[in-house]
Amino acid sequence: MRTFLATTTPFLALGLLAGVVFPGPAGAAKTVVKTVVNTRAASEYAAFQHKLTKDEQILQAANRLTFGPKPGDIEEIRKMGVKKWIERQLHPEQITENPALAAKLEPLESLRMTQLETARNYPTPLLIRAIAMGREPMPEDPVTRAAVQKLLRRVQVKKDLPENEALAPTVPLEQLLTPEQIRLLRTGSVEQKRSVLAAFPSEKIDDLAIALPQPLRYQLMPVADGVLRRKMMLMNAPNQLISYDLNEGKLMRAILSNRQLEEQLVDFWYNHFNVFLEKGSDRFQVPSYERDAIRPHVLGHFRELLESTATSPAMLFYLDNWESVAPATQKAAKGKQVRGLNENYGRELMELHTLGVDGGYTQKDVTEVARCFTGWTIRAPREGGGFYFNEKVHDKEAKVVLGVTIPAGGGKEDGEKVLDILAAHPATAHFISRKLAQRFVADDPPPQLIEKMAKTFLATHGDIRAVLETAFTSKEFFSQGAYHAKVKSPFEMIVSAVRATGANVDFAYALGNRLTQLGEPLYRKLEPTGYSNLGAEWMNSAALLARMNFGMDLAQNRVPGIKVDAAAYEADVAGIAKRLLFREPSPESRAAIEKALAIPVESDKKAPAAPRPAAIAGLVLGSPDFQRR
Amino acid sequence: MQRTRRIFLKDMGIAMFGLGAAPAWLARASAAETAGARKKVLVAIFQRGAVDGLNVVVPFGDKRYYELRPNLAIPAPRNGDNKESAIDLDGFFGLHPALAPLKPIYDSSNLAIVHAVGSPDPTRSHFDAQDYMESGTPGRKATTDGWLNRALPAEPGPHSPVRAVSMGTQLARTLHGSNEALAVANLNDFKVRDPIGSDLYEAMYGASTDKLMNGTGTRTFEAVKMVETLQKQAYTPANGAKYPNGALGNSLQQIARLIKADVGMEVAFTDVGGWDTHVNEVGATPVQGQLANLLTTFGQALAAFYQDMGDRMADVTVVTMSEFGRTAKENGNRGTDHGHANYMMAMGGGVRGSKVYGVWPGLAQEQLYEQRDLNITTDFRAVLSELVSGHLGNTNVSSVFPGYTGSKFPGLLVD
Repeated sequence: MRTFLATTTPFLALGLLAGVVFPGPAGAAKTVVKTVVNTRAASEYAAFQHKLTKDEQILQAANRLTFGPKPGDIEEIRKMGVKKWIERQLHPEQITENPALAAKLEPLESLRMTQLETARNYPTPLLIRAIAMGREPMPEDPVTRAAVQKLLRRVQVKKDLPENEALAPTVPLEQLLTPEQIRLLRTGSVEQKRSVLAAFPSEKIDDLAIALPQPLRYQLMPVADGVLRRKMMLMNAPNQLISYDLNEGKLMRAILSNRQLEEQLVDFWYNHFNVFLEKGSDRFQVPSYERDAIRPHVLGHFRELLESTATSPAMLFYLDNWESVAPATQKAAKGKQVRGLNENYGRELMELHTLGVDGGYTQKDVTEVARCFTGWTIRAPREGGGFYFNEKVHDKEAKVVLGVTIPAGGGKEDGEKVLDILAAHPATAHFISRKLAQRFVADDPPPQLIEKMAKTFLATHGDIRAVLETAFTSKEFFSQGAYHAKVKSPFEMIVSAVRATGANVDFAYALGNRLTQLGEPLYRKLEPTGYSNLGAEWMNSAALLARMNFGMDLAQNRVPGIKVDAAAYEADVAGIAKRLLFREPSPESRAAIEKALAIPVESDKKAPAAPRPAAIAGLVLGSPDFQRR
Repeated sequence: MQRTRRIFLKDMGIAMFGLGAAPAWLARASAAETAGARKKVLVAIFQRGAVDGLNVVVPFGDKRYYELRPNLAIPAPRNGDNKESAIDLDGFFGLHPALAPLKPIYDSSNLAIVHAVGSPDPTRSHFDAQDYMESGTPGRKATTDGWLNRALPAEPGPHSPVRAVSMGTQLARTLHGSNEALAVANLNDFKVRDPIGSDLYEAMYGASTDKLMNGTGTRTFEAVKMVETLQKQAYTPANGAKYPNGALGNSLQQIARLIKADVGMEVAFTDVGGWDTHVNEVGATPVQGQLANLLTTFGQALAAFYQDMGDRMADVTVVTMSEFGRTAKENGNRGTDHGHANYMMAMGGGVRGSKVYGVWPGLAQEQLYEQRDLNITTDFRAVLSELVSGHLGNTNVSSVFPGYTGSKFPGLLVD
């Protein structure tokens, strides 16, 4: 990490200064290049002293508090006034939510379930094995049950059954559809497929999902409505539906929500307290984790957020604390694994969640913290049980954490005391403030801004809203040093492109696939660090090509589920770049666009794609200008 | 072999740019040539899911193996039979018969095996163990870069834009880090699909005053140009090599293409999954079933790569690894559960092969790790350090494996 920062800083520093009138001698910029993070003299943050114009302030606020402006946003902020608009974003409960979002979220049932329900309704391979052995009941939902029965066939260890023999559906496809309808579904046009599905009686939709053979299911994914698409996903593998719902939910909220800052913060805090969707039980824990442990606290007090993650089954499982026990409470049994202390959570709690790696703790503190959290575990971890404190395996001896003695004889409160110490620690105030400033201001934010934010953090006992208010009202936030200084993360790039084009979004799973190509598969950051807030980390060759290809494909309606109204561009070809960037394009982007416009439109289909307005829009979305916010 | 590169440079330089100004990437492409020798290449293959090493490199000389695995054990070598029993390597260990294509390579001394090797961390979580093996720092979760990125020798630039390649849509954990690494799912897709868009983007990024965009953009289009020549030519593997269908064969074939094109690649990573054989690891007989099927493709892919590379194998070392081994004892579902030590393979012209290395810890109850798994007698970092220093020439092993104080693995490579 350190090596990486040191080597990339020259790029960062230059990136920051790009296009900015830098005062003083030309040599000043070179000094920046040679220095590393945190050692730059105050004068080298000079660009953070230079004010923005009124228009720039509006765009800056929109670029940082939202996932990129959509048509009309800039006018709305101007009308309301930047200050008031920011204040409202800091109080999302005062903002009327977009009704279109509720409609999109409605079918995503798993996002409303408890982890017990997700575990039952969308069984993991492990649970399916338990069902196969008769230890768990079959699911009730008919489609899930059919899917499980299919999978059971694969895991059942029976010699009399041919392996992978297809399980015939109870109601065959031929009884549900006419031969002509089946033919249209297989070989018809998109419209014909849609009309066959639209005419299908909704009460038999379960039977249809079960009866469709797998190749046809995949083929119909882009044309089916939300309900049928989910049921077809269920048939593929029940557990994948959670991943599908999470992806749809996160992208739809980011694209459609009027409470944009809240969505930015859910993304920020989820990554701060990252858990990996593909690790064991986390496959069914993540919906409730994000909804109950993260979302309610994103603008609340840090101490509450810290505890809600510390007690969440998702985190307890991800960082192994659920199996951490005081070794003295264990009896060695022959042939059985002896359980012991697991330090993973204790270490990451300090290194990544609170103090930061340079926060002044020792390996001894890691062990002591881990001892305090022994017994913080999960009831039935594989089946969706919740948090519980297991007194029997808790280390009851005295511990010393960061110089504070936690007396012997304690129980669950030992861990709570650790959270108190960590949440109130000045190193935490600085670490969190710096990370927020990196997300919302610049990769290398000026130290005086971090100081101000940390001061607010300590004075308000970790009130996240107050810390952000300090940032958003600072002169550094509205400065040339911060203006377009951030490279968009893949998630920000994709969502901002969809918002900027004002595209109509039917479903988002194709966007999720694109995110994987850009390097940010949602909920799948394996390491506890979460995805980076540093823009420069997202720049690599393959990912950059993927951004260009996405820009071209989105604007020319080659991304399933997303419809861009290209007609809007034809009326004003010269103004396309400004419409999408919400400012004038850079000279080099303008030159490339002009060059594209000069290419004659060929009627011959074999000729390279003609520079239609939609292609120009694509070019803008893949341009260097659009990669920054 | 030098000829190949000259043709490549000629095609790229003259055909596309004329004889005038040679662009920067061309200088980078020829950097390897002016430096002298062909680049040494290290190819790492990760078998994800924890392959059952005890059924891959079979300890038929340890009778406990047969006691622990009444339904799973591969029969000891039998004369004249290379299908139903292990293929004898040294009188104690034998190869799974599905790996028959690797036996001639072993015999030619270009394939070595290390047994009872692994990560000292006790975790039995795939997720954690893969993470540790890829970062090269067992027990430390916060390491953000991977060992293969750190393994690149610290030479002054310019470096080839395809110096480090990860096969797949995402950059593998093993290749994360400060040296630029490229994720390539398919060489033929590595481009801007819209031809006009490609030229315009190149112009835009090339002229950008935004240094980060300009730098990444320029490097990207350098790499695109290098790959473009490959895309234009259909690839025919040499020496009649035939890669098996599937992701691993495809990845290794693309790695072979890149190596033979002399575009400056030094490290490559690919992986292959499916080894988590809790249930039905074996079929009707121990030499059939899931593991046998996976090994068939695995052996064919490695052998095809070896054959395709021909003489160039002198510059290449392939190393395989898997996050941990599986239980010494079979379970009730004709499978095995998560264990501890495993095997690694090293293949290449510089490998001192025809040998199964490592200290055999034994399979008696008291010899097993936590009384259930094969014990580790060699740290995986010992093997990798030896290859990183001896093959890649990066002797700064303590920065490739920070915190590792154990020895290297002398003798694995020909001096």
